[in-house]
Parts: sequence; C-alpha cells; structure tokens
Amino acid sequence: MRFIVFFIMLTLVFQACKTAGNQPQSTEDLTKNTPKGQASVVDKESAPNILQLAEKTKELSTLVAAVQAAEIEHVLVNAGPLTVFAPVNSAFDALPAGTVETLLKPENKKKLAFILTNHAAPSTYKGRLLKDGRKIYMATGNYITIHRKGDDVYIGDAKILATVDASNGVVHLIDKVLVPEEK
Amino acid sequence: MKFYFKMLNVLVIAAFSLTLVACNGGNSKGGALKNSAAEKVFVAPGKYDAYYAFISGGFSGQLSVYGLPSGRLFKVIPVFSVDAEKAWGFNEETKPMLQTSHGFIPWDDSHHPDISQTNGELDGRWVFINANNTPRIARISLETFETEEIIEIPNSAGNHSSSFVTENTEYVVAGTRFGVPIPQRDMSIKDYKGNFKAALSFIKVDPKTGHMNLDFQVLMPGFDYDLSHPGRGKSHGWFFFSTYNTEEAHTLLEVNASQNDKDYIAAVNWKKALEFIKQGKYQTMPARYAHNVYSDENHTATSTMEKSVRVLDASKLPGLVYFMPTPKSPHGCDVDPTGEYIVGSGKLAAALTVHSFSKMLKAIENKEFDGEAYGIPILKFESTLAGTVEQPGLGPLHTEFDGKGYAYTTFFISSEVVKWKLGTWEVVDRKPTYYSVGHLMIPGGNSRKPFGKYLVAMNKITKDRYLPTGPEVCQSAQLYDISGDKMEMLLDFPTVGEPHYAAGIPAEIVKKHSKKFFKLEENKHPYATKSEDAGKVVRKGNEVHIYMTMIRSHFSPDNIEGIKVGDKVYFHVTNLEQDYDVPHGIAMIGARTSELLIMPGQTETFVWEPKQVGVWPFYCTDFCSALHQEMQGYVRVSPRNSNVKLSWSLDGE
Repeated sequence: MRFIVFFIMLTLVFQACKTAGNQPQSTEDLTKNTPKGQASVVDKESAPNILQLAEKTKELSTLVAAVQAAEIEHVLVNAGPLTVFAPVNSAFDALPAGTVETLLKPENKKKLAFILTNHAAPSTYKGRLLKDGRKIYMATGNYITIHRKGDDVYIGDAKILATVDASNGVVHLIDKVLVPEEK
Repeated sequence: MKFYFKMLNVLVIAAFSLTLVACNGGNSKGGALKNSAAEKVFVAPGKYDAYYAFISGGFSGQLSVYGLPSGRLFKVIPVFSVDAEKAWGFNEETKPMLQTSHGFIPWDDSHHPDISQTNGELDGRWVFINANNTPRIARISLETFETEEIIEIPNSAGNHSSSFVTENTEYVVAGTRFGVPIPQRDMSIKDYKGNFKAALSFIKVDPKTGHMNLDFQVLMPGFDYDLSHPGRGKSHGWFFFSTYNTEEAHTLLEVNASQNDKDYIAAVNWKKALEFIKQGKYQTMPARYAHNVYSDENHTATSTMEKSVRVLDASKLPGLVYFMPTPKSPHGCDVDPTGEYIVGSGKLAAALTVHSFSKMLKAIENKEFDGEAYGIPILKFESTLAGTVEQPGLGPLHTEFDGKGYAYTTFFISSEVVKWKLGTWEVVDRKPTYYSVGHLMIPGGNSRKPFGKYLVAMNKITKDRYLPTGPEVCQSAQLYDISGDKMEMLLDFPTVGEPHYAAGIPAEIVKKHSKKFFKLEENKHPYATKSEDAGKVVRKGNEVHIYMTMIRSHFSPDNIEGIKVGDKVYFHVTNLEQDYDVPHGIAMIGARTSELLIMPGQTETFVWEPKQVGVWPFYCTDFCSALHQEMQGYVRVSPRNSNVKLSWSLDGE
C-alpha cells in the first residue's frame, strides 16, 4: 500500500512538471475562435466588400471556391484598398482540363494562393486610372500591363467585362485567368 | 492504522515539496503550472506585471502606460494633447508646453515611443515620442511619468520617421515625411520635383538631464521619409531611413508613388556628419521653432523660440549619405540586435528585403554604385543584399527581434505576424491578428538586448472583437507568448486612441525610480504657499492672486471676500501633503479652463473670471479622504464698483 501511494505521488510530480518545460503551450488555441480571420465578421448592413460581392456573383463561383480552398478569404475583406481582377467561371473552364481540380487539392494550397494573389493589386484602379500602358503591380510582385483597344480595357491579355465597386476597393470581372510566370 | 496515516501525510508533503522544487527549476518565474492563456495573463490582485508597455495614442496625442502580460491600463500621459484629468494644457503651468511657431497647438498625432538606451540596452530613464502633424519631439520622464520637454522641428512636415534613439541616447532622430520647400516659400505645387527638400534632424540629448537641443539637420532630396532606426553594435554611428515616393509625385500618391520598382533605404553616417560640423561645412539657416521645458523644481514650463539651425547638404558632402535600393515603398526600417541586418518592408512588396551592414561598407569601399540621386550615391542592390524572405504574407510593415535569432514581421493586408529566421530567411511560424495589424512590439525589440518573452501586435481594425459602441469602436493590442518555437496568442485588449507603436521594458528597470511625491521644501514655484499661515490674497489692479493651500481635508483660506465682477482671479494652489498617493483637486464654479489635480508638494494655477455677483463655492474634486466631502470653500463676488474689502480666512481667523 505504501508503495502504491508513493507511486501515485511520483506520477503527480511527473505530470505537474510536464507542463513546466521551456514553453508550456496552452491547452487552447484562441485563434480558433475566429477561424477565417476578418472574413468571420458577420455584418449585413455595411456596403459589401470584395468577398461578399464575389459570393453574390454567379459568374464568380469558381473563383470563390478557389479562394475558400486557398483559405485567403480574409485578404478580400481587409481594409484594402484592393483592386481585384476576378476571372469569371468560363475563364477557369478555359484552362487545360483538370487544372482547376488539381489546384483545388489541399496539397496545392500554396500554389493556388499564389495564382489568386496575382489577381489582386494594392490601391483602387478604375476608370481613367486604367491608363493604356500603365503597369499594375500585383500582390505577387509581378507587373501586368493595362492595354486599351477602343472602348475595351485589358489587363494582360484578359478583357475587363464589367466593373463593380466594393467597400474596400473595386472588382473587375475578366475573361481570362492571369496565370503568373513560374518563379 | 494511525501510523499508516501519519506515513501517508509525510509522503504527501514530501511529494508536494518535490513538485515545487522540480518545477521551479526550468521555468521562468510564475509560469510553473500555467498552461492556459488565462493563467498566463492573470496577474493576481496585489501582484505586479512583469513589463511596462508604453503604447502611443496615435491621433489622441497621448501615451498610455499598460502592464504586460495583463493588459491593465495604469495611466494616460498627455503629451501633445490637453487632458482634463490632469489639467494638462489647461492650467497656467503647462500651457507653454504646447506652444509652437504656429501658436498654441493643443492636439497632435503621437506615433513612435522609444525608450532611452545606454550601451544599446534600455536604461528606462526617458521615453521619446514624435508629433506627426506640427512636427515636435517630446521627452517623458520615467520618474514622474510626465512630459518634461517638447522641441519643435523646423523644415519638417509630417514628422513620421521619428523618434528613435542612438544606442547611448546621444541623439534622438526625427525625419520628415513630406518633402517641402526649404525654407518655406510661396511656389507652385507643380514645381515640387527637384525643388522640394526634406530634412532629417539630429537632436542631441544631454546625458545627465535629458535636455534636448537640435544639433543639426541633414538636407535630403524631397522624397517621403517613412521610418528609421539606428545602427547598433558594429553599425553604431549610422542611421537608416526608409523612403518612398522617390517618384516625387505631389498628387494621387496612392498610384503615383508606386511607380518605381525600388525606392531607397538611406544610410546616414552621423559620425561623419559630426566631422563635417567640426570642419564648419554646415550652413546656419534662419528658422523659428519652439523649445518648451517643464521643470519639477518650479512645477512650471517655459517656452523659448529658437532662431536658427545648422544644416548639412547631403548632395554636396560625399560620404554622408548612401542609398540602398529597396523594393516597393519600404515602410518599416528595422535593425537587428547585432546591427548587421537592416530589414526593409516594402509595404507593397511580395518579399522582405534584408540588407547587410558589412556588405554595405564593402560596397561603399569598392564604389559599387548604380548611379546617383541628387548627388547621393546609389549602391548596387545586389551588393548590399543579405537575403530576402520570399512570399511571407501580404502588406509587410514592421519587424522586431527576440534576441534569439528570429525576426517577427507584421502584415497589414493578410492580418498576421510572421516569425522568420535571420540568416536563413525561412518562415518558421505565423499567427493571425484581429485585424489589420500595424506595428508590433517586443520589449527591447529594437535594441541590442531584446526581452523575447512577449510580443504585442497593434491592430487598426477590431469590428466584432468587443461589445459594440456605436460607429466608433476601439483599436486593440494583442499579446503573444513568443518564448517557445511557436507563437501563442494570449490576450486581446482595447487601447486608447490609435495604438500606433509601443515601447516595452521590464518593470524592474523602471519601477524603483518612480517618484512618490514632490518635496515641499524643494518647491520653487513663484506662487508656492508652503504653510497655511502663508496663505494670502493679493490684488494688483483687477488681477487677484490667491495663495492657497490644501491638506486633508480643507483649503486655506476657504472664505474669501472682496472679489469683484470683472476681476481676473488666479488660484495658485499648493498641496501640502507629503504622502504617496494623496493628490487633491480643486474646481471653482464657472471657471472655464480647468479643474486642477495637484500632486503632494506641487503648486498649480488656474484662472477664474467671475461674471456674476454672488457667493460661489469651490471644492476638492479628487476623493482624497474620509472628509473629502467637507473639503470646500466660498468666494464672495461683489459688483464691479463695490467697496467690500479684500479679506480671507480659515475658521474665522
């Protein structure tokens, strides 16, 4: 009996000290309370942000799925200001067969995030700011050039189909995916 | 059986002691069994926090004092602000502190606190902080936790790359954000390019008193200067400034200042500057700037208008300044504890750029230049580059260091703090912030000796983090434990104004010097009243000076007659207490400037201009004692032409 008590005590000592190492990590992860960062904010009164606009737009459902798969929703709700060139569903469909499916796989999250990031630029570029020949610096660090052909405005080889103002910037719907050069 | 229980007791006690001994060994104080975030930030009632955090108030113009890890607010120090709580900027003694060449400026935008250093380590004597809008630098005493000195910066506008100290607090440095005409003159904005200039100011700090003196300015091209940090250790003697808008755009900078692929980090050799000064290679420029000093001896501030400044022209003095190209509008410009690495965070860039100080020296020696800008050599990008942190996040802003070989950078757009390793440049951890983080702070994180236990991230946006308070919600600070391999979020606490930046320091260094009260016999205020007997009322024309004292729980005198409508009545009130934490307040009905809060041994003054005949009360506004509610008095106000004689009394005497 005595030995048993002693053993229990020793175990207690051992357990107590397990947490007393160099870095006693908490048992809880407080970041889990807000799993999507700022995208977790529920606000139905404010003017819609870029993510909310995209979610409401049928032609952007593939883009939204990709943003969710890459877990970068919070970037599109940030204070910005951001200009997002949003490829419509047919633009994704035009990519070689299987491309989208492959990118949506969890192991390709980083690559997908990089491709999506190539569609966002800091600052609000719209109207006359989309000058012919102006190079837009994308969040990936790439430059993509604006071209004007008649009334049409192109970013790279993608044509701007429509433009919608968002609370934190602007969304231009485009007809092609802006695939960044491999680095 | 009895014996058995006894034996058990002994065992329990023995085991308990073992636990205590075993666990005290390998852990920092107080952390033994703390494994929940709540326990890690809980500071029991009556216990002290381990760190002071001085968090700037941004647009509130103040500096707040918090404890870490609890996040408890101890004090809000008015700096570039008026403060009703302390009558700062309202009482006659402190009004001169807010004087500038533009007149009395009671409000400003306080940004970057930095704690004084000795040998590159925090010494806890003073905190310096900049006013952005009407350029000023303030020095706050960490004995009194009050603003002691404010110096205005001429030739500057948007005093943003300020107020960082060199490693022995030889200088506190202030850089302009805006390029402006120097000297100011009437000219077309369109002629900005090539004609506007920018000044980087070096303010000498007296090692004994802390008194500041604008020693010289380095005249630079009219770019925007964003942030700065001193060299330390091997790079002591240099100062590094980030620049943007090297395009020299004067409109729609949102787009037009983002055209150049690279802007610069300017490396200023201030030891060389001192040689140029000695050789007389400066120009003395006429200037007007206020220099305001508060004295704890007479509890009064003075404001002096300075008339000139010494200027060194970087374009004409080879060896004074070099440019290190840094991608995309670098914002943060942070130097690691060894002084070797200078981190430039291009706020629009996809990567962090790290420059090497030793490579920079070599590149200068070998003249590895890539042209020049306004006569200032541009070093080749590859020649100074130590490495890049690739794709660490979106919108990098600021970096601090833990002293264990790691750097921590904030990302505004992706709302996160990213930990990366110096030398290998690999990202080792990332944690979200809520939301849109600006600066971060590790106590001592910008010195030779950081205290790498906690990290505070300062967020611009909180939206749903707290109970809502209408359209305006607080900004926040977020506390992380960085003692382990992975960062751990512990706490999220609201802040005063914008928590723009902060400086932290172990409480041990500061708290022992904190003053308890002012000695009455050392009070040199011209209107001090050091005993109740000395109380009096003096008339000079329509000016009346009341020499009043306060002690638990009465004013002396407390009945005053002979005041007339149209008089200007100065209440000079001395707190006779010589005891810790016994301030008294005074409020007079109809006084338009302030209620006073007077510390033991201190004298303060407010002005009252009575407009109405009658008998008007005054009382103590600080709950000082059990008979606080009895601490009151009356002033009789008679008509302008009345013959009531001036008299004063306490208890009829």
